[in-house]
Amino acid sequence: MAEPMKIRATLKGDVADVRILMLHPMETGQRKDAKGEIVPVHFIKNVVVMHNGKIVLDAQWSQAISRNPFLGIHVKGAKAGDKISVKWTDNKGETRTDETTVAAPS
Amino acid sequence: MDGLRRTFLRAAGGTLTLAIATAAGLVRTGLARADGWNQSAFESKALADALKNIGAANLIESKDIVITAPDIAENGAVVPVAVTSKIPDTQSISILAEKNPFPLAASFDITSGMEGYVSTRLKMGQTANVRAVVKAGGKFYTAVKEVKITIGGCG
Repeated sequence: MAEPMKIRATLKGDVADVRILMLHPMETGQRKDAKGEIVPVHFIKNVVVMHNGKIVLDAQWSQAISRNPFLGIHVKGAKAGDKISVKWTDNKGETRTDETTVAAPS
Repeated sequence: MDGLRRTFLRAAGGTLTLAIATAAGLVRTGLARADGWNQSAFESKALADALKNIGAANLIESKDIVITAPDIAENGAVVPVAVTSKIPDTQSISILAEKNPFPLAASFDITSGMEGYVSTRLKMGQTANVRAVVKAGGKFYTAVKEVKITIGGCG
């Protein structure tokens, strides 16, 4: 089971500043381990971000995204308490979905 | 006579095998599209092929695209890159590291529910241009920024 993501969504005016940290090895398939054997390619291919159940971002990634990927976006028309959910799917078909609520500016 | 027939059958068999292989290839391509991952673009090794496979033709240089990335990145494994597009009706933002083994790093489909802004972190094998390609109103706009890499991050 994949580790949970860390998602933070903070309101700035009517825009939610969303920052997502996913925990994933993002192996390129080019790296060799200590025994000199190639570590198989393993990376997140798709990321979907939803705002109150509506898709706002649909992303496709390659193995060139860094390990433990970071993604930052600005969601328009947001209010405090809105739901932001993120789903990723990797090349092995593994998937993880996490959700947070938009926080009012502190 | 027999020999001739055998040759003919063998040739026919070969064609049939090829036809099946082609059909299987088509099916795979169909699936790749269905799961929303542009395999041909992500597996392109040449920059020109990657651009072609995301459909980007007649690229227009634009000052309305801002790439925020360090001038010098000490660690190529983690290069923070943000792209802001001020072009109205931005539909997608693609990010390419021009000298990576596979140049296309990411492609973001933007809806009207978000601003034309994405921020992420890339691996870069060597000093290269980071190119952003923005699709808006059916046209493709582009901008580049060079990032110098002290230690490559593809190994």
